[in-house]
Amino acid sequence: MAAPARPATRKDYVTDQDVRWCPGCGDYSVLANVQRVMPELGHPRENVVFVSGIGCSSRFPYYMNTYGFHTIHGRAPSFATGIKASRPELSVWVVTGDGDGLSIGGNHLLHTVRRNLDLQILLFNNRVYGLTKGQYSPTSNLGMRTKSSPMGAIDHPVDPISFALGSGATFVARTIDVDAQHMQEILRRAHDHKGTAFVEILQNCPVFNDGEFEELENRKSRTDTALILEHGQPLVYGGPGSRRGISFRGGVPSIVELGDHEDPEERGVPIHDEHYEMTAYAFSLASLQRPDFPLPVGVFRSVEKACYEDLLQQQVDDAREKLGAGDLRALLHSGDTWTVES
Amino acid sequence: MSSSAEPPPSPGALPTKPVEEIDRVAIRFAGDSGDGMQLTGTKFTEATALAGNDLSTFPDYPAEIRAPAGTLAGVSGFQIHFASEDIYTPADQPDVLVAFNPAALRANAKDVPPGAMIILNIDAFTSKAMARAGYEQDPLPKLRDRYRVVEIPITSLNRAALQGLALSQREVDRSKNFFALGLMYWLYNRPVESTERWLASRFKGDLLEANLRTLKSGHAFGETTELFPASYLVPRAKIDAGVYRNITGNTALAWGIVAASVQMDRPVFLGAYPITPASDVLHEVARHRNFGVKTFQAEDEIAAVSAAIGASFAGHLAVATTSGPGFVLKQEALGLAVMTELPLVVVDIQRAGPSTGSPTKVEQGDLLLALYGRHSQTPVPVLAPDSPGDCFHVMLEAFRMSVRYMTPVIVLSDGYLANSAEPWKIPDVSALPRTEIRFETDPEGFQPYRRDPETLARPWAIPGTPGLEHRIGGLTKENVTGNVAYNPANHEEMVRLRAAKVAGIARDLPPIEVDGPDRGGVLVVGWGGTRGGIRAAVEDLREAGHTLSSIHLRHLNPFPANLGDVLRRFEHVVVPELNEGQLSLLLRAEYLIPSHSINKVSGQPFKISEIRAGLEPILGAR
Repeated sequence: MAAPARPATRKDYVTDQDVRWCPGCGDYSVLANVQRVMPELGHPRENVVFVSGIGCSSRFPYYMNTYGFHTIHGRAPSFATGIKASRPELSVWVVTGDGDGLSIGGNHLLHTVRRNLDLQILLFNNRVYGLTKGQYSPTSNLGMRTKSSPMGAIDHPVDPISFALGSGATFVARTIDVDAQHMQEILRRAHDHKGTAFVEILQNCPVFNDGEFEELENRKSRTDTALILEHGQPLVYGGPGSRRGISFRGGVPSIVELGDHEDPEERGVPIHDEHYEMTAYAFSLASLQRPDFPLPVGVFRSVEKACYEDLLQQQVDDAREKLGAGDLRALLHSGDTWTVES
Repeated sequence: MSSSAEPPPSPGALPTKPVEEIDRVAIRFAGDSGDGMQLTGTKFTEATALAGNDLSTFPDYPAEIRAPAGTLAGVSGFQIHFASEDIYTPADQPDVLVAFNPAALRANAKDVPPGAMIILNIDAFTSKAMARAGYEQDPLPKLRDRYRVVEIPITSLNRAALQGLALSQREVDRSKNFFALGLMYWLYNRPVESTERWLASRFKGDLLEANLRTLKSGHAFGETTELFPASYLVPRAKIDAGVYRNITGNTALAWGIVAASVQMDRPVFLGAYPITPASDVLHEVARHRNFGVKTFQAEDEIAAVSAAIGASFAGHLAVATTSGPGFVLKQEALGLAVMTELPLVVVDIQRAGPSTGSPTKVEQGDLLLALYGRHSQTPVPVLAPDSPGDCFHVMLEAFRMSVRYMTPVIVLSDGYLANSAEPWKIPDVSALPRTEIRFETDPEGFQPYRRDPETLARPWAIPGTPGLEHRIGGLTKENVTGNVAYNPANHEEMVRLRAAKVAGIARDLPPIEVDGPDRGGVLVVGWGGTRGGIRAAVEDLREAGHTLSSIHLRHLNPFPANLGDVLRRFEHVVVPELNEGQLSLLLRAEYLIPSHSINKVSGQPFKISEIRAGLEPILGAR
């Protein structure tokens, strides 16, 4: 079927394949939000590619009516690198999970992020292995009891946001599976960012780790457990009567109790700025973890750096400018040659 | 055997010494890995090529970048064999050994036949250096009985030649290999101009002056010293008419990649991770961005091949180059390329293993890995070049095959082909095959796994094509639609379809042609980089009165269609290979024939004498 002439809608991005996630899985809402945002992003459907590794989340491409590549465990960022580096005009999305992206694929995630290809990387974090039926993952909490850790996990977890920041990510954000509006906003921002956009999506696994993010998913408790990051706004959370701010005085985070009409800045609560070149500030935000602090959601960092695929293409262009387009005959005859007469 | 001949004009003083004509000579340069032996050998090779000889080289160097100076571990060698007739190998033994220090002498003297010439940098033979090389007493007295030893104070002659230049002692001493090179140019009447041109392009000021001066001094030393009563001349070889150049396997392979892009009119994407002895391919391809090639130095071997597969999915010609340990790491991704039926070329430049093994040494140990190294039923076509220059043509063939059949293709080069040089007749670019790539564009009835009835290839439908949006991946595909499928009958059908597709490539392969009688007693079967040694051994044996035939396989999977018929026409099938019998195992399994093996796994290429020694009992027993 040719592409529709009418404006694209969510339905244009739905495939005829049955979605095979468990009932109640957080992945359904991510899929719905991605399909909803797609028509707004300005790419013809044929220019969009979804790439995934292995795991529950990695079934994602089968349900997106775009080009899709379900690859091997942990390596999706590398496949995406090849696609984007060879065809920069394509809109390339990587879908991965905490096990796929941070365990077996940690190395590729690190290097893909640092190269800053213009990709969107959506990491679905449910803090457990789902497809292999419930082992602890690299983001599972210390002590988590699973089939492979009957006495409790003894691995210290990795924080995806800190990992991305440490890898030099130019865009780092966190959102929550059930908060459709917030997620769509983050997806749009991630798409519009020129460079690798890393998005951690907190996602509930109803079968193996149900309720892991309950306090953040629940609208009521979210007010006091999530710190919504907004550029230009102070780091303030809570509702009337429980209004609080975060201060980093002395380099250490602390919670500042605020009156409902108190000026947070005067109490040492900073204004959120996504554009700091230095990562120290974003790292400080990333260090805020439950239960001692509210968990920040939103954009931690958004800065500009040259993209790998542009630099690569520039080298091709520069080489052509300097040496002329490649001439195979000249190449084969370059350097010392000699002629044998018949 | 030798006769007097007019010497060619040489620079500087008029030659006064006689020139003896000889058919062939093999020279080995040996020194510390910091002494510039590989460079010396390479420059001598270039000059020899320009002199019109057939030649074959064997660089043999340690894996360590700078092993402790003066130790056996740090010895680097470069052997060149050149002749006025066709030659196929770097020669079993050198006729001349140039040893820069006692360690180089100790590591190499055993290879030198009695009576041959050994040229020593006698300045380096201090008692301390000799002890360092493990000599308990001065080896020279015994050496002089056995060989024609020429003792030259190369270090001090070089220092004297470079007096007055604003260079440190260290910089001065580093030039001494060019003194020896100049001397060898005189001794074998090689032209010096190509080396002078190269120096001028590489150095400036006093460094340039130093190298030029010591090169000339070495040359003049040969002419004036009484150590050499005559110089030698190996006349031009009678070779096919054409324009020639020197080429190593790795350069030919890199140019084959660039050429595939030109001939198939698609950009190339090369993914690689640095690994000996494959890195030079990445280096060479990276120099040619003006051809539109994109090279990607990945974070590891897996990312390198994964990115290449991604580029293939996106419509580029994709290649990943590596060596054994890296090739192992690529197997899972190769399985995905088989499942998704995407074109891809993976090059394994085999080295001695297992594990890290001997990174700079040769082996043909990865044949079974290439054929069967993936889980489940995962057939991949396998090709092997048989000479340095052939690497160019094999790459073109591999890319064509991968696109025509929508399949990954494996190319097995080896550490010997990679670094060895030979004169190469430059192909006529207009005569190279061109391939037009046709992507699927028609949405009408499009199915990602609908197959071409002849080749069984699926369509190549790339992102950016409206109406062809589809998903592929590693899960079992439903035939035709490519949808994820769990039906057992479909699974089996897809396994068999992929196998039939790869097996069907045999239809495109030229039939095996037998060198020698097409039936009879003994057939020697080789593959890959051992061709030169096998051919030389077979010809030697024929000269000695034996009758035997030989074939050399370029296609290891699938085999050429007539291979079984050919094998069965001979009483004995003998397979020399640099492994413990991998091709032999395949031939036995596939064709139920007895086959004898001649195996070598020392990390060194075959000597002609070793293949002869393996064949003689079989020939004699008949």
